[in-house]
Amino acid sequence: MELLVKNGFIYDPINGVDGEKMDIAIKDGKIVKKVNERKAKKIDASGMVVMPGGVDIHSHIAGGKVNAGRLLRPEDHFKDFERKTAVTRSGVGYSIPSTFTTGYRYARMGWTTVMDPAMPPLEAKHTHEELSDIPIIDKASYPLLGDWWFVLEYLRDGKIEECARHVAWMIKATKGYAIKLVNPGGLEAWGFGRNVESIDNPVPNFGISPREIIRGLCKVNKLLNLPHTIHVHTNNLGKPGNYTTTLETLKCVEDLADDDKPAIHITHCQFSAFKGDDWRTFESGAEEIANYVNAHSHVTMDMGQVIFTDTTTMTADGPFQYILYTLSGNKWVNHDVETETSAGIVPFHYKRKSYVHATQWSIGLELALLIKDPWKILMTTDHPNGGPFIAYPRIVAWLMSRKSREATLKKINPKARSRSLLSSIDRELSFYEIAIVTRAGQAKALGLKNKGHLGVGADADIAIYNFNPETMDPSRKYKAVRRAFKRAAYTIKGGQVVVKDGEVQKHINGATMWLDVQLCEPCEMELNEEMQRRFKEYWTVEFENYPVSEDYLAISSPITVKADV
Amino acid sequence: MMVNLYPIKEFRLPVVAECINPDVFHGKSLKEIERLGVWEGNKQKTLGELFKIEEIKTESAAETTVITINGDASRVRHIGAGMKGGEIVVKGDAGMHLGEEMHGGKITVYGNVLGWAGSMMKGGTIEIHGNAGDYLGAPYRGSTEGMKGGKIIVHGNVGREAGAHMWKGIIKIYGCAGQFAGFRMHGGTIYVQKDCETRVGACMVDGTIVVGGHLESVMPTFTIEGLRKRVKIEEGEVVEAPFYLFIGDLTENGHGRLFVAKEPNPHLSHYEKFL
Repeated sequence: MELLVKNGFIYDPINGVDGEKMDIAIKDGKIVKKVNERKAKKIDASGMVVMPGGVDIHSHIAGGKVNAGRLLRPEDHFKDFERKTAVTRSGVGYSIPSTFTTGYRYARMGWTTVMDPAMPPLEAKHTHEELSDIPIIDKASYPLLGDWWFVLEYLRDGKIEECARHVAWMIKATKGYAIKLVNPGGLEAWGFGRNVESIDNPVPNFGISPREIIRGLCKVNKLLNLPHTIHVHTNNLGKPGNYTTTLETLKCVEDLADDDKPAIHITHCQFSAFKGDDWRTFESGAEEIANYVNAHSHVTMDMGQVIFTDTTTMTADGPFQYILYTLSGNKWVNHDVETETSAGIVPFHYKRKSYVHATQWSIGLELALLIKDPWKILMTTDHPNGGPFIAYPRIVAWLMSRKSREATLKKINPKARSRSLLSSIDRELSFYEIAIVTRAGQAKALGLKNKGHLGVGADADIAIYNFNPETMDPSRKYKAVRRAFKRAAYTIKGGQVVVKDGEVQKHINGATMWLDVQLCEPCEMELNEEMQRRFKEYWTVEFENYPVSEDYLAISSPITVKADV
Repeated sequence: MMVNLYPIKEFRLPVVAECINPDVFHGKSLKEIERLGVWEGNKQKTLGELFKIEEIKTESAAETTVITINGDASRVRHIGAGMKGGEIVVKGDAGMHLGEEMHGGKITVYGNVLGWAGSMMKGGTIEIHGNAGDYLGAPYRGSTEGMKGGKIIVHGNVGREAGAHMWKGIIKIYGCAGQFAGFRMHGGTIYVQKDCETRVGACMVDGTIVVGGHLESVMPTFTIEGLRKRVKIEEGEVVEAPFYLFIGDLTENGHGRLFVAKEPNPHLSHYEKFL
């Protein structure tokens, strides 16, 4: 089918297009140079903003703990539900939406690619079952490997190449996309009721430090030529004074970066940018982190913005979730996934009038505005930890409009307001920069070649927003920006119009992307024998049942990667 | 304005009728009221299709709206949900979620009511002349935001978990209560005039529970504080009889007060040696 998007204001940062009036031609799900104008179906985008489909680098949308969160919180869903329509299926929403609703709500905002960032390898099958059920959007998942016994052992013995082969096998076996590290070393320690205090604190029973794990997996990532960098949730996350740990984490991989390429991605950085000795002296450490990031090119980050609402926090960081439970006194779930990782879930309400919560809100925006290069700081809420992803239009408005920030500043805790740097920041992002932080930058950081841009050959994933940048000023009309991003005028996925005027038009399946890492020489046999022996000893699952086969994915979209080992 | 509703048939399927609410009816003509949307099972219907509606115009427009349901409404859910003023009278039974998240006004039921009556209530009064079901004044499953104000009076018996997660307000039960009355209570008052099943006040942190009848046992996580000659339920209502006062629930570091009448509970007299 041919499609022609006419006369829109195109924002395509990867190809350097900044608001020019152009037509976009689509054929067979790809963007092409031109189509037959008479035959093609035309979409009139005049007076509208046209961007590539949104990409989300970090959003917990599927897997064991997301589902446990749904079970834990019936009260989260009962007021926010969607009835079935002629084309869509019914579901529930709010902080942990059901699979169908997740897909529809992302598509309604113009997002078409979403990454689930934490998949315990043992629960890979569950995660992929849920991912397959999420309609419209393309998705992928990152296996948790920072506390994986084999990795810790290889790194302790200094066997980087063996470790790389093992990680390659793991990524294929779990159908994963990137290496995820959550509180490296800390989760293994949590299995014994402990945690690591700094990146040089030894991990019990392994005699290895988080620094060695981060550096080791960073080297492995390079040896395997993976498209994304290592995806790191720092040690000490959510504790006052942790910005020093974040800076140390960034420094420890400085020498591993090639040229200008990033070597590390720090995720939901807001939660890792706390200053102060305890919650009373709690402050923002955004400035220090922004100064470092502005001076270095080996790092990308995402915000992890806090929204004032009732949400559900869920991470693989068991010890942190335990702290959060003791702070809030809410119901909670904590889980130790055999030899692999841990997990925790605690419902949490971010309140405007709380000094700590309001400061957290401020930190996220300070990071996004103080880091000068938008390619380095991407927009997320760490859904659902900072707030549900449906709040993205609000964050876009805060980033584009000082007035919008001030309107919220007026309502927050007065002490947090007086200490916030936001009132001194004039910067307002343009649509070009918003296109970077919400799609182009995310796709680039993920190494997705066909996403996040509108060049010839790219996937025809396009979002069209009803906002005229020629006649309206987003800085003053921030409410119109919010409305436009809340309900995309059109969302096109793979060349098909899936959303029109904020209503889903079609229920289609999205693909699951995974990395087919090809090693120089086959070594699977040796690997399997070693693993089979260990599986018999330590796992509750038979080795044969462990890997996820390709036919398990509804629509499989492998990306071939040639490794150096 | 007075509106009379007569169910035109015996409902076999649950009817969800949030629109039966004086705030919604206020200022509407009979035609408009008949066109209000309700759900019968999975079918969307109008109020006029399920009820015969009579409107009696009163002289002053400022007067409160009174809705009267004449007949069995035990399958009609969400009657008076979220209402802020006016009055609803049910001459018959009422269904689940009666007066859910109600802010003000009054609901009177001359019959029995099913579960979740006055759930998450914030103000106003509900008076039930028959029995009430489970979760009276309790929040939705999983939520900790229970009743935050208002008053519920039940002249019959109630089911389990009455007043769970209650923060403020008062529940008066002139009959018996089921298990777990005042479960995880944070404040407010629950008065059970007759017998109460066990585990009353489990995990309560604060607030007051008064049991005037027989109570099989007090939870072991409560400690006896003393004997009281009388207990004040609310302004103008004092029960003149000796009561044991227990404090708990200690597993939650709670300091909730549980009054249990002495006379119907001779089996609790062994607590007196700790005084």
